[in-house]
Amino acid sequence: MENRPLEYDYTVAKMFMFTTIVLGIVGMTIGVILAFELAFPSVNTILGSGLAEYTNFSRLRPLHTDAVIFGFTLSGIFATWYYVGQRVLKVSMAESKFLMLIGKLHFWLYIIGVAAVVVSLFAGVTTSKEYAEFEWPIDIAIVVVWVLWGVSVFGLIGIRREKSLYISVWYYIATFLGIAMLYLFNNMEIPTMLATSPAGETGIGAWYHSISMYAGTNDALVQWWYGHNAVAFGFTVPIVAMIYYFLPKESGQAIYSYKLSLLSFWGLMFVYLWAGGHHLLYSTVPDWMQTMGSVFSVILILPSWGSAINMLLTMKGEWQQVAASPLIKFMVLASTFYMFSTLEGPIQAIKSVNAIAHFTDWIVGHVHDGTLGWVGFMIIAALYHMAPRVFKRELYSKGLMAAQFWIQTLGIVLYFTSMWIAGITQGMMWRAHDEFGNLAYSFMDTVDVLHPYYALRGVGGLLYLVGFFMFAYNIYKTMSSRPVEESELQNASPMGA
Amino acid sequence: MFHWLEKHPFFFAVGVFVVIAFAGLIEIIPNFAQASRPVIGTKPISLLEQAGRDVYIKNSCNACHSQLIRPFKAETDRYGHYSLSGEYAYDRPFLWGSKRTGPDLHRVGSYRTTEWHENHMKDPKSVMPSSIMPGYPWMFTNSADIDTAYATQLTNAQFFGVPYNKPVPMKDGSTTVVKMADSLAEAHAMALEEAKKITAKMKDQDVKDAVAAGKIPEIVALIAYLNSLK
Repeated sequence: MENRPLEYDYTVAKMFMFTTIVLGIVGMTIGVILAFELAFPSVNTILGSGLAEYTNFSRLRPLHTDAVIFGFTLSGIFATWYYVGQRVLKVSMAESKFLMLIGKLHFWLYIIGVAAVVVSLFAGVTTSKEYAEFEWPIDIAIVVVWVLWGVSVFGLIGIRREKSLYISVWYYIATFLGIAMLYLFNNMEIPTMLATSPAGETGIGAWYHSISMYAGTNDALVQWWYGHNAVAFGFTVPIVAMIYYFLPKESGQAIYSYKLSLLSFWGLMFVYLWAGGHHLLYSTVPDWMQTMGSVFSVILILPSWGSAINMLLTMKGEWQQVAASPLIKFMVLASTFYMFSTLEGPIQAIKSVNAIAHFTDWIVGHVHDGTLGWVGFMIIAALYHMAPRVFKRELYSKGLMAAQFWIQTLGIVLYFTSMWIAGITQGMMWRAHDEFGNLAYSFMDTVDVLHPYYALRGVGGLLYLVGFFMFAYNIYKTMSSRPVEESELQNASPMGA
Repeated sequence: MFHWLEKHPFFFAVGVFVVIAFAGLIEIIPNFAQASRPVIGTKPISLLEQAGRDVYIKNSCNACHSQLIRPFKAETDRYGHYSLSGEYAYDRPFLWGSKRTGPDLHRVGSYRTTEWHENHMKDPKSVMPSSIMPGYPWMFTNSADIDTAYATQLTNAQFFGVPYNKPVPMKDGSTTVVKMADSLAEAHAMALEEAKKITAKMKDQDVKDAVAAGKIPEIVALIAYLNSLK
């Protein structure tokens, strides 16, 4: 066994790769349907008016966000953890029956949770809190899934051979802790069946129904502390974990600066949590808190750009790889979108800009250039890197991958440009007054003017989805149609073929 | 120190947790002491209105409509007085929303009527020709969940001290008491009484018949809730 590379066990990683792709398709397809529902309202009754309750915008919208956040992204995080974790800690899951069991349990309970979420959201069972819509029974299941993942993370760390924790592991640990804290506090709720009527009746009403422990302004404060930082610990931190592992591996380049990675990690941890208040500018939360949210959002540029610059400089002297390899293209563009998004966010958090941007489609655009460009591209890149190693086969088609890259990039550009224009137009029209001080436009005027941009956004989303299907096909073909290699490709790049 | 932390995962995790928890402690805790005092004129929500609020949430109306009027001239011109923290003192959960695909609804009860809502929910284009809102015809047949609304009221009163059955000060100096039922049977009777007042102004014969037969369609509860937003 000496001098032979470890044989890593990818059973659980493969399971989560599968859900990443399936739930990605589900979440993005619903997203495209929603985009067209806004542009062409008749799409709401696409399956006939009898089923309108289940196909209409209001039911599908939380399904879309939750499927993409907790289906696609979270699966991608888990899939990469079960791959990266073993490799950077130099220990195989096959060495521990316990961790293997935890991993599988983690996966299956996660699947049950996903099924419960889909059923409950279609049924209209929701707490209304964005990205935390689930009622208490599902919340409890989610906490159990999360604890299982925690056992897996710290268990693997516990039996590691590598003394020092690689940067990616820092970020996975932070993901685990951050989401745990946010989710628990935001979902504090009391099941209404616990109440007793003066006549002594108990267990009244729907057993799964609950109400928030917090009221009004406090509830909003906790919700956006959660909502903003769910972005931090779901869309930023774990994706940084991925790029810190996959970009150096794929490009054969060492990370540009260890010190910069330290600075940006601890900086991100400290600054991010302050920024949630920028969702509540001009609301009824205290002024000082709004200002803190604004100021810290701008400071947040530093650690965010720190990681992104560290990644881009990792390619120093090797930029020809960007031209040669579509996989490197995905990762470099992901970093670029990360920089773009983390500049755009702070701009929107400036009070005077927020006065126009808040409640408009510009915010939707911001979320999507981040998620499609940064999160989506990085998870796609990670799976492309993993697939040949996990399935012990060469990647099916590099040409298809390159085509996917360009189609999806075009999709993202259409998406965010249309939403920028729509959002700023909307914000300006809402506030416009005529020469006598009366409102210049009715609300309906603003709805009318957005139609072409909504249609364009639908097209952009559709292109991204088409690209995602190409991705799914490429991975499927990699899995199934090429001859199996003798053992895992140790050093070969998937681009080597 | 950082090198040492990287070799000691437990302390590393503790370090991360302390650093991320810090902001929450500073920003959230002080507000909990003072933000929930109701402004004068804020009263608990009635049973039918509560059932309507549940319908509003069930259909994620908050995905497209805000209930938060910002202190800008354009907004106060369009929607009415800007929102005050104390107005939300009994709102569990808050329903501010984050996107205005449609207009703000915080004071919609001041400028829309029962008839308008009825038409709008059945076919939005009948009152707003270029509306992109879908219709909600199933609300005219689905029954509102009065049991759960009653349980919610009880929870609000028992766990959070929402003043049901107690005098609440109003803007004109008078006081109002929002009654809460003593039993489930009484709750249904009260909700039906409230529903009858709404359906008196509605056109849909099936809804009128349902209420006459003792059932309460979701639309009736939703309109009660929307009318209460003032």
